[in-house]
Amino acid sequence: MTRAENKSLLIKGGHLIDPAAKINALMDVLLRDGRVAEIAPPNKIRGVADEKFDARGLIVAPGFIDLHVHLREPGQSYKETIASGTAAAAAGGFTSVCTMPNTAPVVDTAEWVSWLRNPDRGAVVNVFPIAAATRGSKGGTLTDFAAIQHAGAVAVTDDGKPILDDDVMRMALRLGAELNFPVVQHAEDTRLTETCSMHAGPTSFRLGLRAMPAAAESAIVDRDVTLAQQIHESRLHVAHLSTSDALKAVRRGKRAKARVTCEVTPHHFALIDENVGEYDTNFKMNPPLRSATDLEAILAALADGTVDAIATDHAPHAAYEKQVEFERAAFGITGLETALALAITKLHRDQKIPLTRIVELFTAGPARVFDLPHRGSVAKGDFADVTIFDPKKRWTFDAAKSRSLSHNTPFDGWQFTGKVVATIVSGKIVYQAE
Amino acid sequence: MNNPTRGSLLGIEHLETKEIQSLLSLARRMNPQKARPLLRGKRIVLLFYESSTRTRTSFEFAAKSLGAMTTLVQSSGSSIEKGESVIDTGYTLRAVGADCIVMRHPSAGAPHLMASHLDIPVINAGDGMHEHPSQALLDAVTILKHKRSLKGLQATIIGDIFHSRVARSACHLLTRFGVKMTLCGPPEFVPDVAATLVPGLRVTRHIEDALRGTDVVMLLRVQKERLAGQKIKLQDYIARYQMTAARLKLAKRDAIVMHPGPIIRGLELTAEVADGPQSVIADEVHNGVPTRMAILARALGKAK
Repeated sequence: MTRAENKSLLIKGGHLIDPAAKINALMDVLLRDGRVAEIAPPNKIRGVADEKFDARGLIVAPGFIDLHVHLREPGQSYKETIASGTAAAAAGGFTSVCTMPNTAPVVDTAEWVSWLRNPDRGAVVNVFPIAAATRGSKGGTLTDFAAIQHAGAVAVTDDGKPILDDDVMRMALRLGAELNFPVVQHAEDTRLTETCSMHAGPTSFRLGLRAMPAAAESAIVDRDVTLAQQIHESRLHVAHLSTSDALKAVRRGKRAKARVTCEVTPHHFALIDENVGEYDTNFKMNPPLRSATDLEAILAALADGTVDAIATDHAPHAAYEKQVEFERAAFGITGLETALALAITKLHRDQKIPLTRIVELFTAGPARVFDLPHRGSVAKGDFADVTIFDPKKRWTFDAAKSRSLSHNTPFDGWQFTGKVVATIVSGKIVYQAE
Repeated sequence: MNNPTRGSLLGIEHLETKEIQSLLSLARRMNPQKARPLLRGKRIVLLFYESSTRTRTSFEFAAKSLGAMTTLVQSSGSSIEKGESVIDTGYTLRAVGADCIVMRHPSAGAPHLMASHLDIPVINAGDGMHEHPSQALLDAVTILKHKRSLKGLQATIIGDIFHSRVARSACHLLTRFGVKMTLCGPPEFVPDVAATLVPGLRVTRHIEDALRGTDVVMLLRVQKERLAGQKIKLQDYIARYQMTAARLKLAKRDAIVMHPGPIIRGLELTAEVADGPQSVIADEVHNGVPTRMAILARALGKAK
């Protein structure tokens, strides 16, 4: 244990929003030895803390959890490292990130899961690996779920690729059910999307780009939800859901009490296919930006509780992988440092979704999806992971100043409302805004 | 990333109407046989990532008629084969002294990528399924040689609109000047979404409906391999959409038949139509040179 963790930190004067504990009031928060020691109304906490943080006028929330990031290690450290990616996470208010296994090599063994969690990687926030569901993410033979889970992985997925084969998906959900282990699906019927680079609609037709129909996503979600309903106790999590029809399938599963959850990315609630403009590759990702109708449906689902979590799908790429023909450019954008600002600007300011709901989408929601005990809330005894933000602060995002090694973002120069002020992991301040 | 250099021609869609008008009038004044050497000493690179006969030779003749030097760079036999990126190829060509790049590429938007990184004009000679602006301009020049004006005309495009950059550019240009456009073909070639390209476009599956009263019939090449990919039977396509002399009678008596080439006789049109009195297919090719002279003169600031 480091000395910092033995210290105590008193967060004073802030407005605590902790949806899991149903708190939405002015509260002081005392952190000690890496845990939450006490929550009390202003000035009621007695005793001396080693350090104080003045949170007057700010929102204090449980540490944010990102269910979907690509930190590119092992193997692609020119795009991102665990150190740089978690630094970007901290700057974005995330105290925990779940890493995707589509690295080089693919994280498909317990050994690689342990390697990711090793302190030598230099992570400044908690890293929860998600391992491959099939060997090499080739969609054939299942990985050793039990060993992987034992090594500390929180879920399995073949992200970047779907598990297409019905039998393989059925076996994955069955084995997951036995182990209480979620299976995360990147829902894309790749038989319909080969050589495609954006969403199929008027914009793709105008630009002359081969395009992915919305049905390529919803058909897979539909099948998966049906399987999840059939397989008792199985846990299905739909990654980066982007279409109105996929939401319908998720609602169907939830109504039937199947253990089906889903996440939505900030770019899918902030942008649509038209924003691709004249082939701007910083607007190319998979799933692609969808239609205005899909965006409306996503906004409604974020508000009404259908969506469980906001996840960034932070996908860093080197400039040379993006500054090429649109069809050849890598899919994906960075997102850790703009997620909260987009949520406050687009969901709270523009759509009037309450801050309590937005905080839930970053905390209690994702913690439930992967069962992360003592995270996503700051009740006494929980981990001392805290995110402090100013919901009214106006600022301009400068991609060049990003902590990520890569700057492939469509939000460079955007003016936002809402900014992270400090990020605390295990009682230690890992990020503080200037 | 920067705005394209002045004089670039990336597509018709974002070109101002008065620019199109001045290009059309300049094209009609250009004469390859009696051209002044407006571009003497200029170096024009023809950068072709895709095969071409008409477009490449007519750009080359156009450049040479105006006194410019040209060089042809193709993917095979150049550094492109070794994996050089579009932008790096552009920087290289700029460094050896190119004043203008005429570029054909199988990927939509590639000329936009090039133009946003270079300080010399980039001319799009066809990018994937996106646009083919010089073809649309030469088609307008061709129509204007046979019709008094574009306004009020009816034009019909028949065939594989989905894969066609020629069709997209033609729709942008002709509708801008008041031509009423109809697109015709099976859903695989003319998806419903095609009607959203520009306001007022009409989509029909019936060739008789498409031809009735039309002034301009534009046919597109049908690639047999695409028919296979789309699961359309060749004989069905021919039965429903081939332009025959009998069908052409449904159009106006003075209707013209156009085709960007290469034509496949016996598939999208019969030999009788291709060689018939209403065919202006050879005219289109002929008008390619003066039209591209106008484009190059404008690109290099000599459009006087």
